[in-house]
Amino acid sequence: MTATHPTGQRASHRAIAALPRRLGLGGQPMALYLGIAMVAFWVLLAIFAGAVAPYEPNAQDLKSFLQPPSLAHPFGTDNFGRDVFSRVIFGTRIDLVMGIMGVLWPFILGTTLGSIAGYFGGIVDIVLMRILDITLAFPFLVLMIAIISVLGAGLSSFYIAITLVGWVSYARLVRSQVLVLKSSEFILAARNLGYGHRRIMFRHMLPNALVPSIVFSMSDVVLVILAGSSISYLGLGVQPPTAEWGVMISEGQNFMTTAWWITAFPGFAIVFVAFGFSLLADGLGEKLGVRE
Amino acid sequence: MHRFRFVLYRPLQLLPVLFGISVITFVLIHAIPGDPVRTILGPKATVEAITRVRAQFGLDKPVVVQYGLFLKNLVRGDLGRSVVYKVGVVELVAERFVATAFLLGYGVVLALALTVPLAVTAALFRGRILDHLIRVFSTAGLGFPAFWLGIMLMILFSIRLGLFPVSGYGEGFLGHLHTLFLPAFSIGLALSAVLTRNLRASLLAELDSDYVSAARAKGLSPRWIFVRHVFRNSLIPTINLLGVNLGWLIGGTVVIETVFSVPGLGSLIVKSIFARDYMVVQAITLTFACATVLVNFAVDVVTVALDPRIKL
Repeated sequence: MTATHPTGQRASHRAIAALPRRLGLGGQPMALYLGIAMVAFWVLLAIFAGAVAPYEPNAQDLKSFLQPPSLAHPFGTDNFGRDVFSRVIFGTRIDLVMGIMGVLWPFILGTTLGSIAGYFGGIVDIVLMRILDITLAFPFLVLMIAIISVLGAGLSSFYIAITLVGWVSYARLVRSQVLVLKSSEFILAARNLGYGHRRIMFRHMLPNALVPSIVFSMSDVVLVILAGSSISYLGLGVQPPTAEWGVMISEGQNFMTTAWWITAFPGFAIVFVAFGFSLLADGLGEKLGVRE
Repeated sequence: MHRFRFVLYRPLQLLPVLFGISVITFVLIHAIPGDPVRTILGPKATVEAITRVRAQFGLDKPVVVQYGLFLKNLVRGDLGRSVVYKVGVVELVAERFVATAFLLGYGVVLALALTVPLAVTAALFRGRILDHLIRVFSTAGLGFPAFWLGIMLMILFSIRLGLFPVSGYGEGFLGHLHTLFLPAFSIGLALSAVLTRNLRASLLAELDSDYVSAARAKGLSPRWIFVRHVFRNSLIPTINLLGVNLGWLIGGTVVIETVFSVPGLGSLIVKSIFARDYMVVQAITLTFACATVLVNFAVDVVTVALDPRIKL
């Protein structure tokens, strides 16, 4: 791994810190607020999808199929006459949940294994780190695809695959934090007070060790949504007719010569969700003093 | 030349990782529900035929013995036969490997062609509007789904403007360059977003360091300092990042090959999963994992060659 140059940290810090002042935001991290606003928008859209969307996501209208964007159908209609706008909105539910759950399980597994490895060290640490090395040797998506090919296509297989592959990042982050904290004074004090392993771990170490993982998990949501929609595009994840963005892009590709809108709009949705989470991750990292 | 001593012993350290890769691949394929023999022979196979084929593949032996057999065959370069293509899996993979390697290399070249000017511009105009625009590109670019970008480029440049073929691999080197431009660009754009961020940060770090002030005080021209010292030193972390991102890049290639029907390993693994051609899935997974390990080793060698201070 490349070590971050200390002067580099300060230099980029200054560059980012200059941005909000330039925009008259009084030194507050603009990326963070913009990120929070964008993510909040998508979360609200997912919750109120039923109220916002003009049509049901799977309602077919065979009289008006493959219609270009118009006032009645802002994003046009697909080959079954389904309203692309409504499908993109309902897709928010699927893809956001996919992104969040797909981060949560690896987070839990990785944090558990990483803190055990870091705290106890010894043979447990050695074995876990070797498993980590081997997992990292596989290209992320290829290993996921191989696991899904064993389990069969579907969303639950996707979650299992991403957990088995994605835990390594969290394990590494937490382990390195725990290793540093282990020899810090307040942990030594806690140990001298005779606190048990569990109390030290959960009450004293993890709250401090989790900060980098939480920042990373925000940018990880982007990677997971990209992986999930890619795998659904390939036909190995969420299955049609569910309105998932990757599935919609895949269905739209069959009509790309005549109806670009079926493919275009779900992709823009992915781009904007991802942008929101990237900004949130950047802003949060800046605020909490964590660099990836 | 003792700095390069690791070139000799590092492969030995890689052996456990390669061993682990083989175990995981073996376990994965054996975890597949259903009888592989029935898949090969079809539903109408007789009991004798099934027993015969089971014995032929060693499937009647304990798992550890089966793994030993698998390893023995692996060392001899025999990974079984493809059920769909009716040829040896190794032949099939070797044939398809070229297209994937070409696409990957092309993608990296295009990514660097975007990264270097963008990062240099951002670093030179630090804190100015150009820098901010490039920052927006590198933040948004991270979230661009390559497969979607590929289809969008295809709609615009292949279907509307007719500049590029919609799919395939093309004939000859120039044909490959032409046909694979859009797929390589789709992969390269996302990669350049990652690299631009990193290269900009390390350029700024180098610009702020003491030796640059010293060189400036000595009266060297800023251009000379930048090209000769700052840029060269900044490349090292970026090359490292390229190595780290190779696995991720291969994942992108798998999807992009499917989008553009490039006859490479990526489109083959996806087809083979649907065709239940598990020997092919296994071989491609192994190939990609070993390629990742080897390229990362090569990146280490390059890093040491570029920077005499680094010892591995």
